[in-house]
Amino acid sequence: MTGLLDKVVLVTGAAQGTGRVHCQRFADEGADVIAVDVPAVADELRSTATEVEKRGRRCAAACSDVCDIDSMTVAVEAGVAALGRLDVVVANAGIHPPGAPTWELTEDEWLRTLDVNLTGVWHTVKASVPSMGSTGGSIVIISSTNGLRGTANTAHYTASKHAVVGLARTLANELGPRGIRVNTVHPGAVGTAMVLNEATFKRLRPDLLNPKAEDAAEVLKARNLLPVPWVEPVDVANAVVFLASDEGRYITGTQLVVDAGLTQKST
Amino acid sequence: MSGRLTGKVALITGAARGIGRAQAVRFAEEGADIIALDICGPVDTVVVPPSTPEDLDETAQLVVAAGQNVVTEIVDVRDADQLQRAADRGVEAFGGLDIVCATAGITSRGMATELSTVAWQTMLDINLSGVWRTCKVTAPHLIARGSGSITLVSSIAGLRGLLGVAHYTAAKHGVVGLMRSLANDLAPHGIRVNSVHPTNVDTPLIQNAAVAGAFRPDLDREPTRQEFAEAARTMNMLDSPWVEPVDVANACLFLASEEARYITAVTLPVDAGSTQR
Repeated sequence: MTGLLDKVVLVTGAAQGTGRVHCQRFADEGADVIAVDVPAVADELRSTATEVEKRGRRCAAACSDVCDIDSMTVAVEAGVAALGRLDVVVANAGIHPPGAPTWELTEDEWLRTLDVNLTGVWHTVKASVPSMGSTGGSIVIISSTNGLRGTANTAHYTASKHAVVGLARTLANELGPRGIRVNTVHPGAVGTAMVLNEATFKRLRPDLLNPKAEDAAEVLKARNLLPVPWVEPVDVANAVVFLASDEGRYITGTQLVVDAGLTQKST
Repeated sequence: MSGRLTGKVALITGAARGIGRAQAVRFAEEGADIIALDICGPVDTVVVPPSTPEDLDETAQLVVAAGQNVVTEIVDVRDADQLQRAADRGVEAFGGLDIVCATAGITSRGMATELSTVAWQTMLDINLSGVWRTCKVTAPHLIARGSGSITLVSSIAGLRGLLGVAHYTAAKHGVVGLMRSLANDLAPHGIRVNSVHPTNVDTPLIQNAAVAGAFRPDLDREPTRQEFAEAARTMNMLDSPWVEPVDVANACLFLASEEARYITAVTLPVDAGSTQR
């Protein structure tokens, strides 16, 4: 038993990609879901809610931007009012903007990335923690392998993903006495639209005129220890569920890597 | 989630008690057959009461009670030939091998520069070379399968230094290096290799006068469990003096299961936050 039956989980970035799969996996384990995403993807967010309800669980969907603390506070309060409690927070919302050498990044690109990927996580936690019970809980922040090491042309993304590790480590110290655990998960490439898009294919295969997914896959596979180009959203969700479950009850302040060995491959 | 290891075979060293027993039982509950190895006897330089053949029998009974098959062997991880034969016999009994947990380990204490040569060598021979030997004799069976998962039981002392256990800390750090290299070696065969890093675990390895006393230098007698707990609690971020063997077993179960099919070369602490405190 995972101990997630009848618990309530808040997921940001819940409309699509890995966020939707988090919602599905938690619903599979018997949890209700507060699903949050920006208004621009309201239709997709409704589909996430349908996925949760298909599994016999309740879903409180809220159109809210993690960059806006007031709207996050309203979303959390409405979700908790609807579902009765809050046990687990999955800070998943993030952006992976186009890359550029550090010195060529614009002020807007830099600030926007920090705003969503770092301040957005802080907002999510800030809005949620007051509603989390006194009997423990779990916060999982989705970082990246770029939260553990740098790669060229990703200074804004890499800085934001490293920064959430610092945030998580501090939060773990602050919330340990309340029995709330705080961990980060570090996926490598995940098979979602964030990676599977034409711009990424072209970046990975500058040698080809019209690179396709399979062309990009060759490059990505060569970077991993295991013979796969990327992990699937469910693999990230499985790690999050493990950390949030009773099986992870003594795991806090940790960075759990789900990267097919990307960060440990010797060259 | 149940039946997460249905049809799998797991080899576990140090299986007579503590973390090893918890792994055997937890994996059996999820459908795995178990090859349970343990020295079942004393080790020079170690003051912890030794495991016994009766302990290993009890592990076997618990596996059977969980509805699975078990093979036990009394074996010292310092003896490569013995280990090889035991592993091969176990694998032969079940027709293959999918999961390895290198769990056998010892504790002893002493300041770095005051450790005896025998204490240093014994520690390395069991906690580091014993892990290597376990991997060496089992890896060919996993390679034959074309898949598998190896989990090395390190310690928070594999991630940071601790007072008075330089040899233990060196060995447990060494295990991380072994794990990272082995993950590279075995990835082409579809085999994953990871390490887990527990804080104090409520087993005979810590519940003894030597370890408990080291936590309470203020007392001139053996501390009670309660007095030990008070001091041990301050190590951790969560309000707990130690974790249970099942918590380490659950982490190893996750790593061994399909849920972690793309997790390799990671160091997973099960430490109540102690390394981040």
